[in-house]
Amino acid sequence: MSPPRLSIALISAAALGYEVLLMRLFSIIQWHHFAYMLISLALLGYGASGSFLTLARHHLLPHFTTVYFINIFLFSLSSVACFIIAQHLPFNPLEAFWDPLQSIWLFTIYLLLSLPFFFAANCVGLSLSHYSTKASHIYAADLLGAGAGSIVIILLLFTVFPEQVLLLFGSLIAISAGLACYELKLHSKWIAGLVVVFVVLPWTVPQEWSKPVISPFKGLNQLLQINGTRIISEQSSPLGLVSVVESLQTPIRHAPGLSVVATQWPVEQKAIFIDGGGMSALTHYDGDRSKLAYLDQMTSALPYHLGRHDHVLILGAGGGSDILQAHYHNADRIDAVELNPHIAELVQQEYKDIPALFSQSGTTTMHVAEARGYISGSDAHYDLIQISLLDSFSASSAGLYALSESYLYTVEAFQDYLQHLNPGGYLAISRWIRNPPRDTLKLFATAIQAQVRLQVEHPALQLALIRGWQTSTLIVKNGMFNDTELNKMRRFCETRAFDIAYAPGTGKVENNRYNRLKQDHFFHAAQAFIGGKGDSFTSDYKFKLNPATDDRPYFFNFFKWRTLAEIVNLRGKGGTPMLESGYLILIVSLTQAILASFILILLPLIVGRRTARPSQLTAARIKGLIYFFMLGLAFLFIEIAFIQKFILFLHHPLYAVSVVLAAFLIFAGLGSAFSNRFAEFTKTARTIRIAVFCITALCLGYLFLVEPLFNELLAYPVTVKIAVTVILIAPLAFSMGMPFPLGLARLNETAPVEIPWVWGINGCASVISAILATITAIHLGFSAVIIFALLFYITAAATLP
Amino acid sequence: MRNFLTIETSRPRFALFFILLITVAFKTPAGEDYPRQRQALVKAIEDVVIATSSYLDKEALDRRVLDAMRMVPRHLFVPKKLREVAYENRPLSIGYGQTISQPYMVAIMTDLLKPKQDHRVLEVGTGSGYQAAVLAQLTSDVFTIEIIEPLGKKARKRLHKLGYRNVQVKLGDGYYGWEEHAPFDAIVVTAAASHVPPPLVKQLKPGGRMVIPVGGAFAVQQLVLIEKDMTGAISLEQVLPVRFVPLTGKRDECEPDCKNSK
Repeated sequence: MSPPRLSIALISAAALGYEVLLMRLFSIIQWHHFAYMLISLALLGYGASGSFLTLARHHLLPHFTTVYFINIFLFSLSSVACFIIAQHLPFNPLEAFWDPLQSIWLFTIYLLLSLPFFFAANCVGLSLSHYSTKASHIYAADLLGAGAGSIVIILLLFTVFPEQVLLLFGSLIAISAGLACYELKLHSKWIAGLVVVFVVLPWTVPQEWSKPVISPFKGLNQLLQINGTRIISEQSSPLGLVSVVESLQTPIRHAPGLSVVATQWPVEQKAIFIDGGGMSALTHYDGDRSKLAYLDQMTSALPYHLGRHDHVLILGAGGGSDILQAHYHNADRIDAVELNPHIAELVQQEYKDIPALFSQSGTTTMHVAEARGYISGSDAHYDLIQISLLDSFSASSAGLYALSESYLYTVEAFQDYLQHLNPGGYLAISRWIRNPPRDTLKLFATAIQAQVRLQVEHPALQLALIRGWQTSTLIVKNGMFNDTELNKMRRFCETRAFDIAYAPGTGKVENNRYNRLKQDHFFHAAQAFIGGKGDSFTSDYKFKLNPATDDRPYFFNFFKWRTLAEIVNLRGKGGTPMLESGYLILIVSLTQAILASFILILLPLIVGRRTARPSQLTAARIKGLIYFFMLGLAFLFIEIAFIQKFILFLHHPLYAVSVVLAAFLIFAGLGSAFSNRFAEFTKTARTIRIAVFCITALCLGYLFLVEPLFNELLAYPVTVKIAVTVILIAPLAFSMGMPFPLGLARLNETAPVEIPWVWGINGCASVISAILATITAIHLGFSAVIIFALLFYITAAATLP
Repeated sequence: MRNFLTIETSRPRFALFFILLITVAFKTPAGEDYPRQRQALVKAIEDVVIATSSYLDKEALDRRVLDAMRMVPRHLFVPKKLREVAYENRPLSIGYGQTISQPYMVAIMTDLLKPKQDHRVLEVGTGSGYQAAVLAQLTSDVFTIEIIEPLGKKARKRLHKLGYRNVQVKLGDGYYGWEEHAPFDAIVVTAAASHVPPPLVKQLKPGGRMVIPVGGAFAVQQLVLIEKDMTGAISLEQVLPVRFVPLTGKRDECEPDCKNSK
């Protein structure tokens, strides 16, 4: 009998979609980094399934149909129930450093969230064992389903709220049981009845159970504690849940970086939150420009005082404060770029009655686009490019794999910005001040490196950095600052109590006057960087300040290992904010994943009845372990690296992630189905070697060829770019789909008992791979990730079981 | 049968282990000994301050501040279920998305305000009322404003019950300060603010000091100290409340111009 391919494809689609959905939900409930750790580890459910099936296959296989259906129904049930229970546990990651109890909650959440993946993996793993001669078909269905799932989930997240997608998934999973019924030609009223029950069950869940319970420590919930506040609109997309809050009794006044000597403050505002955090303000503006005077009291207003600003580009428009600031300073033409269509819409809606802004004769045009992509594709030149307090949206926020990549603040991005400035134009980037400083200093170093690459003769004469107590603004001019500008800068800072950390011709006397620091690292770093001593300063500094590049786009990684012990010792002494937790979370996730995988992989060798398990690590078994482990590592290494490479081409993280992921999975699925022709034992080894050769050749070719190709196609419409992406990925993914099922075909002839075991090994390797790829990219870059993947493939080919 | 016997014979040892485990997991509530715990906490803070002295420009905190911390029963300012850990040097959740600050931070912030007996102090963000209680031990009048109504009401009741008659709690928006009682010798802004509200700067007395902790709910990144001199001029200092030198191989001393500028 044929395996239930459609049912398996639907289960795999749901499992991948569920993974993305959980990431979305936990990014709303907690913070993105923790969501990443929770979901990464939950995927070990796949590994656990491998161990479970290895130990229990003798009991389960004789009852394949029953067990298959039970696992589908459990997957359906647990997908909704486990999330609901997990989100109601009192886990507070902010307290992780203070409260040991938090680690118990964390572990409980891991267990709960891994259950749905465990049941989903049981369905596929059990089918691989049961229909072992048709493993390539099952693996193909698994990959094709996952590929479809990666597109469907993004479409769903654009149309309905994530909590509704959760319920929909509960039903969809149950429908896969109905499909299996049809494919396996079963006529059971019981199963049909259960399908109906499980399709309906999720919709009986009270709404307040499934709605994300946002952490009380997130800005949205903190604001909602105040009398008279209420959410007036909520819109959801894969880019985030956008909530707008109004306050009827107590005015909201959001003006980050406002000078301490300012006498004016914001007028009436509404608050915008993305995923319950990252507040920005939607300021009510009635056309009376004088009410916007407070916007001139921020460090970001400096460029408007230095020179002309006929054409201003605002990257990351957010709630529109920067637009109003440019408008206040009489900018003739304002181009504002915002990635999130819901936020762009809110801003346009708010100011639709202000003819000076968004009317046909108005100054402002809103572009819904990714900032870096917009500027790369634009041939316009600007007098001012303004980037204020913008943290990038990265692939990670879409819920897929990566952690904090940002193509906004790389050396290449700076080159792009500078090349789009008119002569005498300014690039102004404002950041939050952190003490001791980190991102501001890294930006300064990045600006110098970009100028050097652009062969600017005197970078130091084209840079300025000012700071208040809350924000800093770095200005890079396309040309040298003159005395008039420098005098204006001094006057601007003196009247607002800001310090000049660096400007050509200013000395130590002029800094650290108004916002006194015990040690002015802004000044010292700037001096070191312009004096050619940046390297030694960077190596002496306890935070990483090396500029990010497009190949290593981790601007927000400031972590240095050698300071870890010192900072941990300072935990109770005010030291916790020094800890750069993003990188540490990656390391903690990796450690946990490796330990758990070690246990899960070795467990079947030491537990259970001797006849029912691969009893010891023989040479052949070690080879099998290495082969399938390497394949698991390599597949995701390549997938993740190419997602990043294509983000720069497609210029929209969501397009890139969806298109690249779907293309990889679907073509790998087709490769797997095609590999069935070579499943005969004598042919497998040769086919695997050919596939690995093709993968190596294609990857190496792409490493050198894609960048010039991307530059050629920069101006083409996105549809053409998507087509090119798919064409490039197709042969690579097709080859990548073959080694796994062919390996299984060999194993089926030599040791079929090990099939679920290697399925689990592959699952564990995938979890480790996703985290390890990011760590490798942080240290060595994405090109290195690809090289490592090739080494993994070659090792696999050499250790064929 | 053999297995059964093995278990039988090992039972006493197992029981002993179990008792030990229970003892560790549910250690006897030390709650009755709060004064001793409070002393230990203040001692711990003193030790940290000595280690951080060069950053705070002093060898020790004002004795009066530490004495005040010895007096205020922190365990009565935290939810009942957290009383056992009330004297650990860590921030604790008090509900409504708010926290009671780490005692070490409370001590430093209070010290930075240089409170005197005849001072009139404004606090924006009452929270549990703990900071107000510490200030009430040191100054004649404390005015505190809380925007989250239930939190403010609880704090008012708590402070009244504990006999702090020199603390007035107002429910409402702290942005405009408390005009009727202005000017203030010291202001502490523990409520999250995107900027320093200009009305608060205005209500600071010449010679007065304002302290704002900056950072997340469980981690204070820096303390901002705003001073108004006798001419009304404003200056600002960003204090890192931790002994951490970001540049290796350099002396962790204040730069000459920094000292001169004071």
